[in-house]
Parts: sequence; C-alpha cells; structure tokens
Amino acid sequence: MNRSYLLLLVLFASPVVAQDDLLDLLGEEETGPTYTSASFKATRVVNGHSLENTAHGVLDFRIGHRFGFLNGGANQFFGLDDATIRLGLDYGITDRLMVGVGRSSYQKTVDGFTKYRVLKQCDDGCTMPITLAVVAGSSINTTRTVDFWPDTSRQYFFTHRMAYSFQLIVGRKFSERLTLQLNPGVVHRNLVASTNDPNDVIHISGAGRMKLSKRVALNAEYFYVLPDQLPEGYRNSFSLGFDIETGGHVFQLHVTNSTGMFEKAFITETVGNWADGDIHFGFNISRVFTLHTPKEPVE
Amino acid sequence: MTMKPIILLAIVLGMAPHSLTAQVRFATRNGHIAFFSATPIEDIEAHNRKVTSVWDASSGAIEFAVLIKAFEFEKARMQEHFNENYMDSNKYPKANFKGKLSGVSPEQLKAAGTYPVTVAGDLTIHGVTKAVSVPGTVMVDASGSVKATSEFNVDPEDHDIAIPSVVRKNIAETIKVTVELSLDPM
Repeated sequence: MNRSYLLLLVLFASPVVAQDDLLDLLGEEETGPTYTSASFKATRVVNGHSLENTAHGVLDFRIGHRFGFLNGGANQFFGLDDATIRLGLDYGITDRLMVGVGRSSYQKTVDGFTKYRVLKQCDDGCTMPITLAVVAGSSINTTRTVDFWPDTSRQYFFTHRMAYSFQLIVGRKFSERLTLQLNPGVVHRNLVASTNDPNDVIHISGAGRMKLSKRVALNAEYFYVLPDQLPEGYRNSFSLGFDIETGGHVFQLHVTNSTGMFEKAFITETVGNWADGDIHFGFNISRVFTLHTPKEPVE
Repeated sequence: MTMKPIILLAIVLGMAPHSLTAQVRFATRNGHIAFFSATPIEDIEAHNRKVTSVWDASSGAIEFAVLIKAFEFEKARMQEHFNENYMDSNKYPKANFKGKLSGVSPEQLKAAGTYPVTVAGDLTIHGVTKAVSVPGTVMVDASGSVKATSEFNVDPEDHDIAIPSVVRKNIAETIKVTVELSLDPM
C-alpha cells in the first residue's frame, strides 16, 4: 500500500509545475530567413554600382553632378565654374531585379542597365555569406553625327556610338558598419580611337563603406583596369565620398578623378590624376518614390 | 493483480488536477500589432501579423513577443530606416511584454460576451523596459472563439528611440499602437 500512496502522490504532484515563461509553451518560433539589409545606403557607391537594389515598386530619381577639376585654380573657382551632370531614373521591378536609364551631359550619352541580385546574404535562418549581383549596361553617344563623325571619307555606322559593360558584384556586410565588395567586369567599346586599343577592357574593382553614424557613411571605390589596355594618359578611377541620409533622400558628396558617370566613361576614359589635383568635387542626390506597394496590408 | 485497480485509480486521479485547477490557456502566433504616427506632414503606419502571445486566463498572466523586423511598411525605405536607424533591430530583435490581464474570469469565457479588461506589466521596446497599464477588450463569441484587442500610446522617447531634428516634424511624439489577437485554446 505504501507504494500505491507514493505513486498517487507522484501523479498528483506532476501537473503543478510552475511556468516561468508562458511563451516557452509555444516552443521555438518558426521565422523565415532574414536577409541582410542596408549594406550600402544607395545603389551606387560613388560612380559604380553597389550590391544594393532598389526595392520592388520603388522609383529612384538620381541626380549626379561633378564640378570641374579642383586644380582649375581661383580663375575657375576651383572647378565650380564647370559642371557635368547625369540624370537618371531607376526602378525596382522585383526585389531582385532593377532597371535604370540615364542621360549624361558627358558625350551626350544615354545609358541603360539591368541589375539582378542572384544571391542574397543572410542574417538568420539560412547560411548564404555573400550577396552576388550581376549588372549589364549599355550606352549610346548621341552627339550629332556631324560632330561625332566629322571624317566623311570613312564609313559611319550607328553602332559606333555604342558601348557595353558587364559586372559581377560579390559583397558582404561584415558588420553593422563595414561592407566590402569586389566587382570585376568588362567594358566593350564598339569603336576605339586606334587599332592598338582593345575593344574589351577588363577591370577588377572594389568598393567599401564604413558607417560613421546612423545616417552618415564613408564610401570608397577603385576601378583597377588590368595593365596595357588603355592608352597613355588614362588612369584608374578612384573616388571617396560621404553618404548622408535624410528620410527619403540620400546625399552623396564625394571627390573623384572621373568625369563621366556611366561605366564606359569612368572605367575607360578617366584622365584625372589625383596627384596633380585633377579632382572633381561632386554629389549624387537620390530621391525615392514608392510607386507600387508589393505587400498590401491585409485587413 | 491487487495492484491493478490502484494503478488505474492513480492514473484517473492523476489526470484530474488538469481539469480541477483549470489552467485555461490561450495562444496565438499570428496576432496583429500595428502602429500609427500622424503628423501634418505625413502619416506612417506599419503592421506586424506575426505576433506571438500566450494568455493564462486562470492566473491572468499574459506575454507577448514581437519581432521588430516583421513590421511591414508601405515604403521599403521607411522599413529599412525603421530597423536600421530607429529600432536597432539587429541589436534588439524583439519587443516584449510580460504582465497581467485583469477583468475577466475563466468562467466568463465559457459564455459569449464582451469584457473590458486592464493589462498591466512591463513593456520592453528597443531594450528599454517601462511599466505600463492599458485598457483592452476581451470578446467571446457564440462559437467560443476568443478575441482580444487594445489600443494605447507609446512615446519613442520613453524607449530611448532618438528622432533626429531633420525628421522631427515627420514622426509623431506619441505613437498609437493597436493590438488584435485571435486566441486559440492550448
């Protein structure tokens, strides 16, 4: 009988176990994977693409502006007398796919691109350590034919005006503050100045950002063109800048030795020499408009 | 042979306390919490439909866990800023509430009715805990399903959520929060 009482006691006692944390009763939460966000503040580092995309349904109006070279001296008001501009519109078709067009005063060029995010770095619930994106772009020099092709003894083709660019962007947000990316690529020019110049220019480039505060980040990018591809006098593009974020705007203020703001221009046609003070002060302004909300709140 | 009826009795009695002390518990994994910021410049709202909550009606204890990144905004950039610049979601991934709901008894839940209740306890947002007491409503319909709702205000300042001067006029000093739970017995 003693054993039976004991048994009864044990069975009565068991249900009265204190629950410290009610939520533990529900067990582990099943949350979907969380992807890394805000690796860069904008879809461009300075001139080149960052690993970021415009979100689905978001239109990004971008104004790119470069003053003249700082070494223009007081007479040129240290470059502020001159201006090169690119106006652009980018749109996020999905969270992975974005397209954009732009018009530059530099060589009166119209450019367009498509960027697709193949892999997304993951914070939680999956293991992907990097973000991988591909960017394909093309540009058309729209200078009047009489100016573009003054030597009428040679045959003119419209395709002479075109150039293409392909880039792979591999990047990782290492911490809240630091993001680094490597972006090798190739620029194809249908027309080059001399037979010695290659039509395809291969570059290995890198960029990074360091967040200085919640709304300010320091960006740097360098486009390293593999040797013996560009004629004498052409240089690699190097830019340094700050991103300042205020609500729907991102202001990018920077210094760069490149004048143009599309791939063919800043990768293959940069002439500025940092050491000589051939530095442009410039800015990009990005303003986003939400045209379409993919996730309609269900009431 | 003599042990068998005793064991049977023990099992039956052992099960009894469950119903006798009546731990009436309810839970949900897809509760809805929304917040609204209204200023003359712009209105901002966000919805989270993945709120977890457990309510023990017998003791009154109630808890919430809210994943900050699960708040959805109309504008993607807003959502990114909310997580990155205001809530520090990587550092403080969840908001929590732990407290007591008073004003309705487990017996009342057996019949349809609407009961005004008070929920009091500790609200933790952005790593800062504050004691709150807010009104709410518990509704039981004819089919026995239980719904709980509440509406209250939270000041970002109370939870050390800094709002820079440039957007001061865009974000309200007091944010209206609404809670809607469809609770299932567990």
